Amino acid sequence: MVSNKALKFLSKTILYLILAIMTAIMILPFLWMLSSSVKLDREVFNMNPFVWIPENPRWKNYVDIWTKVPFFKYVQNTVFLTIVVTGLQILTSSFAAYAFAKLDFSHKNRIFFAYIATIAMPWQVYMVPQFLMMRSFGLNDKLLAIICLQAFSAFGVFLMRQFYLSIPDSLCEAARIDGMSEYGIYAKIMLPLSKPAIATLTIFTFVATWNDYLGPLIYLKSQDKKTIQLGLKMFINQYSSEYGLIMAGSVMSLIPVIIVFLALQKYFVEGIASTGIKG
Amino acid sequence: MASGTSDRLARSRKRRTLKKNLVAYSFIAPNFIGFAVFTLVPITFAFLLAFLEWDGNNPIKFVGLENFQALVKDKFFIASLKNTIIYSVGTVPLTLVTSLGLAIILNKEIKGRAFFRTLGFFPYVASLVAVTSVWTMVFHSSKGPVNAILYYLFNVPKEKLPNWFTGNLVLVMLILFSVWRFMGYYMVMFLAGLQTIPRELYEAGTIDGANAWQRFRYITLPGLKPTTFLVSVMLTINCFKIYDIAVMLAGGSTNTLSVSSMVLVYYIYQNAFNFWKLGYSSAVAMVLFVLVLTVTLIQFRGQSKYANE
Repeated sequence: MVSNKALKFLSKTILYLILAIMTAIMILPFLWMLSSSVKLDREVFNMNPFVWIPENPRWKNYVDIWTKVPFFKYVQNTVFLTIVVTGLQILTSSFAAYAFAKLDFSHKNRIFFAYIATIAMPWQVYMVPQFLMMRSFGLNDKLLAIICLQAFSAFGVFLMRQFYLSIPDSLCEAARIDGMSEYGIYAKIMLPLSKPAIATLTIFTFVATWNDYLGPLIYLKSQDKKTIQLGLKMFINQYSSEYGLIMAGSVMSLIPVIIVFLALQKYFVEGIASTGIKG
Repeated sequence: MASGTSDRLARSRKRRTLKKNLVAYSFIAPNFIGFAVFTLVPITFAFLLAFLEWDGNNPIKFVGLENFQALVKDKFFIASLKNTIIYSVGTVPLTLVTSLGLAIILNKEIKGRAFFRTLGFFPYVASLVAVTSVWTMVFHSSKGPVNAILYYLFNVPKEKLPNWFTGNLVLVMLILFSVWRFMGYYMVMFLAGLQTIPRELYEAGTIDGANAWQRFRYITLPGLKPTTFLVSVMLTINCFKIYDIAVMLAGGSTNTLSVSSMVLVYYIYQNAFNFWKLGYSSAVAMVLFVLVLTVTLIQFRGQSKYANE
C-alpha cells in the first residue's frame, strides 16, 4: 500500500515534470533564436557538438542587419504607425464608449448594434473592397492607410464600454448635479478610473499593430514605407541562408513588444479574462 | 393659457433632448465616422462584389451567382476550404486540452506561478515573422535539429527524414505551431474560468471522499463549461482566419502556397491581388463569412443556454 505522503510526492513530481516540459517547449525556440543571432551561418546548424553560446559570439550580426536592409526606416515606420494607431484607438474608443455606457440619446441601440454586428465579421472578408476604396481615396502605398484601417475598431469601443458599465452611474450623476459638463466627467472621472481597460487596449492594439503583416503587405509597396515585419520577411526571402542575420533581426523585432507586454502584463491578463468571459 | 405653458414646456424639453443628443453624438463621432467609412462601407461593398465581375479597372459586370457556381468546380478553392477545416479540426481540440491542462497546473499553489504564466504568453505576443523563421530552421529538412535528432538518436535513414513543410505533413506543422502559439493565451481564459468555481465545492467533494480525478471530472469540468464553450468558439473563428502562419511556414521564399497548404484567406488574397479577380475573391470571402457566422450563431445560442443554467 502506497502511503498518502508518497502519493503526494509522486503527483507533485509529475506536475513539475509536465511544467518543465511545457516550459522547455515554450522557451526553447526563443533561446535558439538568441543563440543563433550571435553565430556564423555555418555554426547555426552545427549539431555535433551543439553549443548554446558560441566561443566567439558574433555581435556583428546586430550591426550588419542595419546596413544590409534599411532596417532603421522600417523601425521608424513601425514605431510611427504603432504610436499613432494606439493613441487614436484609445482616444476615440474611450470617447465613444462613454456615450454608449453613460449617456441617453436617440438611436443609441441601433448605432451600438452596428458596432457589435461587425465584431463577428472577420476583416479578411472585407479587406479587398476596403483596399479598393482606399485606393480610390489615393491612400495606396501611404502609411495613412494603415492608420485608417486599424485606429477605429469596434473591438476597442466594446471593450471600453464594458469597463465603463462597471463604474457606478451615481458617480456621474453627482458630478452632473455639481454642474460638471459631460466632457468634464469623461476627462476627470471616467478616464482616471479606467486605467486597467486602457492598459489592456494599449497592449492589444500595440501588439496587433506592431506585428501586423497582412495589412502592410496589401498597402505598403515602396521600400521606404515598409514596416519591420514586411522588411524582415523580405530579408528572409532574399537572404534565406543568412541565418545569423535573420535571427538577429528577429530578436530586435521582438524587444519592443516584450517590453510593453512585461510593463503592462498584469492588466493584460485581467483584460483577456474579463473581455473573454463577459464578451 | 394652459396650452401655451405646455407648448413652451414641450419645446424646452425638445431643446434639452436635442442638446443631449448633440453632446452624445460629439462623443461618438470621432470613432464612428472612421468606423463607418473604413468598416461599414467596405462590408456593404463586399456583399455586392461577390455578384460582380471586376478587375479593378475595366467596367463592372453583374454576373449573378456565376462566381459561386465557379467555386464549386474550382479545385484550388476546394483544397483551401478542406485545408482550412482540417487545420481547424486539428488545432481546436489540441489547443483546448493543452491550455486547459496548463491552466489547471498553474492554478495550483506552486513556486514561480507568475513567471510561468508570463512565459506562456511569449509565443502569442512575439511577431510571427520572427518565430516562424525559428520554426522553419528547427524543422529544416536537411539541417534542422529535429531531423538531426531523428537521424542520430532514432536512426531514421537520411532519405526517409520527413520534409515538414510540404505534402501532408505541412498541415500537421501548421497545427503544431498554432497550438504552441495559442495555448498561453487561452490558458489565461481558463484560469479566469477556474476562479469562478466556488472553493467550497472542492472542500465538500474531498469530505465526501472524491479523489483528484473525480473532483476534476465532476466539479472542474462542469464548472468550466461556459469557458470551454467560449474558448472553442473563439479558437475556431481564429483558425478559419489563418493566413500568415501558413504563408510564413509553407510559403517558401516566394510566399506562395501550393494545393497542400492553400487556405481560404490566402485564396481570397491571391485572387484579388495577384489575379485581380475581385468578384471571385469576394465570393470566397463570403464562404469564410458564412463559416464564421455559423460558429457565431452557435455561440449566441449556447450563451443564452448557459445564462439560463
